[in-house]
Amino acid sequence: MEVYRKQGGYAAVEKALKTMTPDEVLEEVKKSGLRGRGGAGFPTGLKWSFLAKPEGVPRYLVCNADESEPGTFKDRDLMVRNPHSLIEGMIVSSFALGANTSYIYVRGELFYVIRILEKAISEAREKGFLGKNILGSGYDLELYVQPGGGAYICGEETALIESLEGKRGNPRIKPPFPAVSGVWGCPTVVNNVETIAATSWIVQHGGDEYAKIGIGRSTGTKLISACGNINKPGIYEIELGLPVEEFIYSDEYCGGIAGGKRLKAVVAGGSSVPVLPANLILKTMAGESRLMSYESLAEGGFVSGTMLGSGGFIVMDEDACIVRNTWNFTRFYHHESCGQCSPCREGTGWMEKVLHRIEYGHGKMSDIDLLVDVAAKIEGNTICPLGDAAAWPVGSAIRHFRDEFEWHVREPRLSQERNYGLAGYADPLPVQAAEA
Amino acid sequence: MDIDTREIRFSAERLAEVYEIIGRYPEGRQKSALLPVLHIAQAEFDNWLSPEVMDYVADLLGIQPIEVYEVASFYTMFNLKPVGKYVLEVCRTGPCCLVGAEKLQSHLETKLGIKPGETTPDGMFTLKTVECLAACGFGPVMQVGATYYERLTPEKADELLEQFRKENKRATYC
Ligand SMILES: Cc1cc2nc3c(=O)[nH]c(=O)nc-3n(C[C@H](O)[C@H](O)[C@H](O)COP(=O)(O)O)c2cc1C
Ligand code: SF4
Ligand code: FES
Repeated sequence: MEVYRKQGGYAAVEKALKTMTPDEVLEEVKKSGLRGRGGAGFPTGLKWSFLAKPEGVPRYLVCNADESEPGTFKDRDLMVRNPHSLIEGMIVSSFALGANTSYIYVRGELFYVIRILEKAISEAREKGFLGKNILGSGYDLELYVQPGGGAYICGEETALIESLEGKRGNPRIKPPFPAVSGVWGCPTVVNNVETIAATSWIVQHGGDEYAKIGIGRSTGTKLISACGNINKPGIYEIELGLPVEEFIYSDEYCGGIAGGKRLKAVVAGGSSVPVLPANLILKTMAGESRLMSYESLAEGGFVSGTMLGSGGFIVMDEDACIVRNTWNFTRFYHHESCGQCSPCREGTGWMEKVLHRIEYGHGKMSDIDLLVDVAAKIEGNTICPLGDAAAWPVGSAIRHFRDEFEWHVREPRLSQERNYGLAGYADPLPVQAAEA
Repeated sequence: MDIDTREIRFSAERLAEVYEIIGRYPEGRQKSALLPVLHIAQAEFDNWLSPEVMDYVADLLGIQPIEVYEVASFYTMFNLKPVGKYVLEVCRTGPCCLVGAEKLQSHLETKLGIKPGETTPDGMFTLKTVECLAACGFGPVMQVGATYYERLTPEKADELLEQFRKENKRATYC
């Protein structure tokens, strides 16, 4: 706390509560161009402006610290290293929204992070930044930390709200949107940890200053959690617009591919976004250098592009098996499907089985198109975006790496041996000659 | 250890904690305390939730037992069967597999002679595979109680097992 105060921490709270109105804070956030860091990249100021404000009904701000998207591990780091930056952001954001009680929903596995947050909250309370009549401004705020129970789906905002209410994490049908009917039927905003932490900087330095950082409509900085086959896995704060090539190969960031191997593929924004082969992640179809920004990564749509997503940057080297990784991700989505909609519940299970069959040497050529077909039938036909998130990795893997799927079908024994040697897992099924 | 012979009741301190948690929500919304209270209950009663423990929690919160069962069975962190003193939760998701999680898992299976979901006969270890723990850059990762063990090798895992055997103390989340 002392360190954070010395570095100017909580100055944003003083500034907002003493010299600004809630609408002025909202205005600065709008001007900053800040976009949600949880995955969808929706403009934060706009989202806040949708919040319904009926007379006499409480409003809530809930921070989404569920962080469960495979490849994403940035919020944990932010909360451990700098819990006060999140708390300060919660105070100014709650003030802007007119919320007097706010919650930080943290995935339950991270109990040690919950303890860190709770300690920081009590420090902030001791200094008078939380509680009744904060800094004599007449504004009251209570802030609580809520643990989850281990369920990826609770990162989806309506499932998170259900979970906060003490229920199973079943996403709600929208509309109504949380901005109108969220926690206990009251207007609610759900924002990611990184989004909320950014708001205190914006209040302190102004939205215009924030908008100067970054590129185009991708303003500001972004935490990227880089993992997989790279020399320096970790969390990097980058200015949006950094070339992907520099991010992967520069010593300042990932430090290149581990063991001097070649880059094969990247999943740039958490497991849900389309996988891209090396040539397409480094350069767009038009031959321009690909940048770390919402727009540049999406260039080419799903034919040749992907998404910035949550900033979970997964790098695969030449030895990684695309089929195995796709099967693994599909097993994840099947495991995490809440089961409410049949295309998601059944489709993910079906894809998992077919991918397992191909990976373990029992695949048929027709299975590949079957997968494309099942993925297409899930996409867009479900209550929440988990269905899409499960379909995209499969569709993109086949789009860009069909050869590798075909090779698994044609050469079951070879592909088995190769993967056994590299990953070290045992083969649970005897290899049979593949059917044509 | 034997849950049936012990009266299912929180200590005065734990009860105070439970009431503090209930106070975090508006009047009549005490059901919101369910997840945090189930975590406490699991930690208090041998790291699993027996039907009796769940009934007790339902009673405390003034909700129906079924409301507790359906929640406890939805979330992966709640154990609905007795578990070993140390639940070894190994991440099995893609990014960890790129850096050797599968080797770690099969090493533990061989070493302990059990498959995921099983407990060693001495009641010491339960092996459990879990999905991404949000530590993907530091894989392979294993969570035991509240602690994350990162960048694990089979050798380091062996040392940990030895350490746990010596400590011989139940590891819980909270
Ligand atoms: C299946 C699924 C999982 C999600 N998981 C997370 C998560 O772990 N953390 C997060 O911040 N957002 C997650 N989201 C996005 C949230 O629904 C929501 O868009 C986000 O919290 C909004 O915050 P933002 O506008 O600050 O990004 C997930 C969405 C879906 C569909
Ligand atoms: S898409 Fe899947 S996770 Fe989402 S509501 Fe439907 S079944 Fe549940
Ligand atoms: S994949 Fe293992 S922690 Fe994320």
